[in-house]
Order: sequence, then structure tokens, then C-alpha cells
Amino acid sequence: MGSWTTIYALSFYTATLILILGLAYRIYQYATTPAPLKVPTMPAPLTTGGVVMRVLSEVILFRSLFRSNKWIWLFGMLFHAALWIVLARHLRYFIDPVWSWVVLVQPFGKYGSFVMLFGLLGLLVRRLFVQRIRYISSPSDYLMLILLLVIGVSGVMVSFVTHTDIVQFKAFMLSVMYFDFFNWQPIPTDKMLLVHLTSVILLMIIFPFSKLLHAPGVFFCPSRNQVDNAREKRHVAPWAVKQFETQAPAAD
Amino acid sequence: MAKANFETPALRPYPVIPILKPGAMKGDGPFVAKPQMQESLGYPGELIDNWQEVAIEKMGELLKKYRSLRVYLDACVKCGACTDKCHYMIGTHDPKNMPVARQDLLRQVYRRYFTWPGKLFPKLVGAKDLTKDVLDDWYNYYHQCSQCRRCSVFCPYGIDTADISMAAREILDCVGKGQKYCNEIIAKVYKIGNNLGLPEPALRNTLDGLEEDIKDETGIDVRLPLDVEGAEILVITPSADFFAEPHIDGLIGYAKVFHQARVSWTLSSQASEAANFGMFIGSYENMRRVALRIREAAIKLKVKRIIFGECGHAWRVAYSFLNTLAGPFDFLDQRYPIPQHICEFTHDLIQKGALKFDKSANDHRRVTFHDSCNVARASRMGNIPGGQFTIPREVIKACCNHFYDMPPDTIHDQTYCCGGGGGLLTDDLMELRVKGALPRMEALKEVVDNHGVTHMAAICAICKSQFSKVLPYYGFEMDQIISVHQLVSDALVLTEEVRPVSYQVCNSHIIRA
Repeated sequence: MGSWTTIYALSFYTATLILILGLAYRIYQYATTPAPLKVPTMPAPLTTGGVVMRVLSEVILFRSLFRSNKWIWLFGMLFHAALWIVLARHLRYFIDPVWSWVVLVQPFGKYGSFVMLFGLLGLLVRRLFVQRIRYISSPSDYLMLILLLVIGVSGVMVSFVTHTDIVQFKAFMLSVMYFDFFNWQPIPTDKMLLVHLTSVILLMIIFPFSKLLHAPGVFFCPSRNQVDNAREKRHVAPWAVKQFETQAPAAD
Repeated sequence: MAKANFETPALRPYPVIPILKPGAMKGDGPFVAKPQMQESLGYPGELIDNWQEVAIEKMGELLKKYRSLRVYLDACVKCGACTDKCHYMIGTHDPKNMPVARQDLLRQVYRRYFTWPGKLFPKLVGAKDLTKDVLDDWYNYYHQCSQCRRCSVFCPYGIDTADISMAAREILDCVGKGQKYCNEIIAKVYKIGNNLGLPEPALRNTLDGLEEDIKDETGIDVRLPLDVEGAEILVITPSADFFAEPHIDGLIGYAKVFHQARVSWTLSSQASEAANFGMFIGSYENMRRVALRIREAAIKLKVKRIIFGECGHAWRVAYSFLNTLAGPFDFLDQRYPIPQHICEFTHDLIQKGALKFDKSANDHRRVTFHDSCNVARASRMGNIPGGQFTIPREVIKACCNHFYDMPPDTIHDQTYCCGGGGGLLTDDLMELRVKGALPRMEALKEVVDNHGVTHMAAICAICKSQFSKVLPYYGFEMDQIISVHQLVSDALVLTEEVRPVSYQVCNSHIIRA
């Protein structure tokens, strides 16, 4: 009993550390690598405000994906939108007292999990049966979907079928969050809960090393986040100035 | 090398996503550059012994220099949105011509050498050692990408296969396996000043001949000046404009527009080429060196403005990169866009009523417009986004009575490449060029059938050359492709120079604050 608590508490610390440090490193890397040329996909906005709208339309509405393929857009949208609602619902296990908007989101989050599973299944079916997508898929592409499906299914099971002592789980989670080292509240040991938690921990660890980097990456893609002002404003990378223009004054 | 015999794809009644034929375009790729050409660009003459080591080192260097490359290699989720968007995939059915699969050729190596999962579990994440097979695949399939950016429009992250194929070609050049066509052309630009190796006397001779032709035809003295110091405008145009059909009729059109605008202009023998093949091979250094000729010519000729002729990739480099590579252009007149496109110039004059057209001169033509990929998706014209779509069309409509657009999913930013862009306009890639033209040919067929379209106008030297060559494969005539400024040329009412019109006045609305 006690060892489960210790294992999961330590795993949560490790996974959180890897997730945060890993993502921070990748974001730092993206942010500090220069984009030496103006390469927005045109037509592009002429102002920074316009670029913000463009990136948001990609992040929130998947605008380009919608233009590209309605099926992928539909399944992707269902999965991501439902994931956000489900995540919002989960906030109740990490905060006390629970914020009122989190209370309001609770029923949507509970049933949103089915929408999320539907979206994931749609993506998996396409990956398996559309020849072009099967061709470009590696084992990790399937495993990623399966991992998310395991998280979803085990979560639904805990919510609707097997149930767990969720009050006790919250006590455990809060004690982990408040760093009650080796004094953590015991974790409930229902199998479904442990499967759910294990797969979530795995996902957190994989995140900074996998294609899940599309989440921070989408904000850094020069083809989407550059302002179309090449003629008006000179844009030069520091390395290009150093390599070619050591005499000339640095611009931009 | 391309197979000598191949079948021209049939025009389909309606587009369907083709079934994949793995290995359909497997081969040795285009001709490899000769050692001498390689060396004049600063690359090893032939494949070096430690190519693997150097390639990986180069990839690491590019990852540090280009955010695009790093983010694009990481961010792809293999959603499949791009898989049916490439004209080469549609024309050849080869799965490695799906944009994501083309990227994966580089991504598999990136993962193997630069990411933990690829180092630890290569099979799991599709990572691969850089073997000779992989290198050969790079050479073959990165020379089946015309860097047209159509896939980038449809990618949820905007991943641009053009950028990835440029990086791959740069790596290939650095290990001594460059492409003959691109590298020979760049070497010619360094040596003579243009892609065609047309020296100054030949150029002058050609321009004199053109002046005589215009005089014979119209009775009016229209000049095509070369190396005139102190001219107001330096015109940089693709060298194909000096002798190839239908390009040359476009050049005559520019000359007539400048004549009517009463501005002094000049071509330069030093920078007698707009195209910058440095971009095709992804070499910042070579691209910069080619671009600097234009700056030097502008300074030497003491011009105040630079205008580019009809050339797609050239306009990308001019619009998006020229300021970066060869700027700042503080010695030019800051009231005008630097640089300006010939269509912007003509359009401004039309807006101000400074040009008079006899549209009936084009009544024997029913015209459509092919958006050249690098103008459409990598540059702009005018003051508003999308000006690159409206301005050329407005120019055409000002001088033609019959204009019809091709289907909406084949124009504007969804336009299909002609099939010969990005350094692929070489006869050793003929099969690829013909097959890659399929989607454009289908779109053309639609307006030919429904609106009786007789001509397709374009503003790119590569498009014009490519279509002249591939139109006959699909049952069209080679002269159905024309320059936009040929339409202008044919309809423009020329007058002798009597009243001086100040161009600055008629162009005042584009003056910048």
C-alpha cells in the first residue's frame, strides 16, 4: 500500500520535471534559433496584430487543416476540443476549494471524454485504413494514439464503471503538490486508476521528445508567425550579419 | 536519369486522389554537377569520402541557423493533410512525392542523429542511419520538389517542404553531390552575368534588334536601353526574356509601358538576370552573392529605383529576401517600393489612367491566368495581402475583353506549380515535368472546354518555358502560353513622346510615409 503511494508520488515529480524542463528547453531552442529569411506563407498579415490572429486561427480553429481535409479536421478538432474540456474538469483534483467555473465544466468534461475517444478512434481508423496515411505512419504514430486511447478509456472506466475513492485520490494529489515528502496521503490502488495514472505519467515523459512538440512548435513556425513586411523593414539574422556584414551596421 | 520513354498521364474528368505506386519515380535523379561547376560555387567537386560525417555535421549547422528547419522537423504529426496536395504526387503516384514522405527522408536522419528516441529506438520512431541508399533517395526525391509551397498552405503547422528540400540540397552540395542544371547556371551567373551565358555584346545586339522590330511594327521609337548610367529605373528581368518565346514579347511589353510612362530606364549587363538559383540549392551564401550583383549594378548605374520583370522565383527572392541579402537600399528613392514588380508599375499607371488600351487588339484571345507558385505563396504585390492575385488579373482585364479564371482550388494561394520550378526545368527531368503539370493541365482543360479559353497568361520565365514544352504533351498548342505583358504590349496605344508626364505624379498613391 505505502509503496504504491511512494512510487506514484515520485513518478509524478519525475514526470513533471521532465515535462517542464524538457518543454522549456525545446521552447528555448525554438525561440533562440534565428529565422534568417522572411518566409511567411503568403498572403500573410502586414501587422503583428494580424499575425496573432493568424496563429490563433490555426491554434484554435485549425484553419489550414480545415482547408486541407475535412475528415482529419473533424476528428482532430473533436479530440483536441474535448481534451481541453476534460483537462479543465480535472482541475478539481488539484485545487481546493474548487473554482466555480470548474464546477460548471464538470458535466461537460465527464461526457466530453466520449467525444475525445470518438475523435481518437477516427484518427486511428484513418491511420490504419487510408493508404497514404498508413504509408507515412511509424510504430510510434500508432502507439501515441493507443496511449491516448488507454488514458481515455481508463478514465471513462474510473468515472462511469469501476469508480475509485476520488476524495482519497485528491488528498494524495494535494499532498504531492504541497511536497509532503514521504508523508503523502495514501493513493487508492484500484487497477483502472493506476492504469490511468501510469499512462498519463508516460505521456508527460514522452511529450518533450516526440511529435507532441507540435503544441509549442505551432507558435514558432516562421511560415505562419512572420509579418509580411520584407520590403519595408530589413530582416537579418545575427549569424548572417556576423558572417557577411561585419563592417556594416547591424539592422533589425 | 529520367527514363527515355514514359506515358503522359491522361486528363481525368474530375480529380480523384491517386492510388500510391511505391517506387514509381525511383531513379538516379537529374544529372550531377561537374567538379568544375561545384568548385566555382565553393563546394567539393565530387562525392567526398567522409560524406556521411560531413552531411550530419552540415545538418547540425543548418538546425542551428534555421528555426524553420528545426521546428518543421519536430512538429509534424503525420496527420496526412498534405499527402494529396503535391502536383508531383498527383502526376507520378510515387508515395515519396507526398510532401510529408519527402520531408521524412530528411526527418528520419534528423531523428537518428539529433533526437533521443531516434538514438535509442530508431525502429519505433522511423529513424534511419544515413546510408548511401538514403543519400541517393535524397538526391532523387529532393530534385522532384519544385519548392512551390503548396503543401505549406495546407499544413496545420505551415511546414514548408520547400525549406526542407532547400536544406537537403545544401547538404548534398556540401558533400559534393550537386545538381548539374542549377549549379551550372549559378556558375554562369558569376562568370557572365546571367543564366544563359549571354554576354554583353550579344545582349546589346538583341536589344537593338528588338527596338527595330518595334519601330517596324508600330512606327514609334521605343527604347530598350542597356547600361545607361543615371537612368531612373534599373530593370532586372530573367534572361529568357531576351530571346525565348513567349518571354520576349513580355519584354517588349515592359519597354512599351516605360515608353508611355516617359520614364528613363535601363537594363544592366552585369545583372542581366533576375532569377536567383542560389535559393533553389538552399545556399544563403550563393543566394547572397547572386543578389549582390543587383545592388552593385544599381550603385554603378546610379539609378533611383529597381523594377523586376516577370519571373516567379526571382520575385520571391526580390520581394522577400533582397532587402535581407543585399540591403539596406538607402541609396534608392524611398518613395517607391524596393524593389517593385513590373505588374505593380503597370497597374499603378492603369489606375491613374496614364495608359490607353485598345482592348479589341486582344479580342482574338480568351485568356486565363496561371498564378505562379512563388509569386502566389512567397511574395506580394501592392499594398494589401493578396495583391499578387488581383494586380496581374486587373492588368490583364484592362487590356483584354475575355478573361476567365480556372477552378478556385487551382488558383490564388492554392495554385498548382507549372511542374518545372525550383531548379527542375531541365530536359533530364522531362518525365517529372510532364507528369507534374497534370493538375494545371486539367484546370486549363476545364476553362478551355467551358469558356473557350485560348491562352494562358503567366508572369514567370520558368512557367512560360515549362508550359511551352509540356502543353503539346496534353494536346494543347505550345503557343497557348503567353506573357502578361504581351497582352499589355498588344493592346497598349503608343504615342510619340510629346508631352512629358511626371511619373512621380501619376504614381503618387504608392508613395510611402
